[in-house]
Amino acid sequence: MLTHHSYLILSAILFSLGALGVLIRRNAIIIFMCIEMMLNSVNLAFVSLSKYLGNIDGQIFVFFIMTVAAAEAAVGLALMIAFYNNRESVEVEDLNVMKW
Amino acid sequence: MDIQTLFFAVVAAVAILSGILVITCRNPINSALSLVMTFFCLATFYVMLDAPFMAAIQVIVYAGAIMVLIIFVIMLLNVRVESGKKYTHGVLIGSIMAVLLLFEAFYFLNRSSLTGARGMIDANVVQNVGHVELIGRAMYTDFLLPFEITSILLLVAIIGAVILAKKKI
Repeated sequence: MLTHHSYLILSAILFSLGALGVLIRRNAIIIFMCIEMMLNSVNLAFVSLSKYLGNIDGQIFVFFIMTVAAAEAAVGLALMIAFYNNRESVEVEDLNVMKW
Repeated sequence: MDIQTLFFAVVAAVAILSGILVITCRNPINSALSLVMTFFCLATFYVMLDAPFMAAIQVIVYAGAIMVLIIFVIMLLNVRVESGKKYTHGVLIGSIMAVLLLFEAFYFLNRSSLTGARGMIDANVVQNVGHVELIGRAMYTDFLLPFEITSILLLVAIIGAVILAKKKI
């Protein structure tokens, strides 16, 4: 039987996959994509709970999360280009300029 | 098992498999394409959840705009395929943390009950009134102030991206 619970479990699995990618990968662009995946899993939870409650407010939140993701993509990728111009690399182990 | 559950299982399996591919692929382009696949699966779920406008936005904004931006940056930076060590040293600790997070989320889902104000929007209302109209009515009345603040957020993001990418301001 397909209930909102199935969607929430799928959302939890996708969120954990995204967290795993953030923790173990060293390429900053892939870490960025994993963050996008975590945002998307939260969106899925919002939409499924919105359907369960019969309330449209959760989907408005999804809209705002998408806006934040777009802004984050613009700024984050600009940061990555600026860092690549300095260091010729996008690996997180080279991000040690502010390390004491 | 009815047809809807079977369809959910197939699409969920594809979503999880492509999610695993995102974090295991050696080439960033392959990861990006797997992420597009995950986004399409999520759009399918939005259609199943009576939210067709959200599915359209998911495909247009995420799979269209954001992923094109990411792939463009990958090609612009000419990121080489990582040779040899592609993971950080903390693979074991990272995996343990992620599995702990997963069990925590499962425990939370199984032991909690859902509360909240019940609305009256179901599949029939979405069919008759239209999803875009429902979203628009909520967004331009109850959520007008957050909507306006969003425009400021986007303006700040545009200015920040231009300033960061410039060599000399």
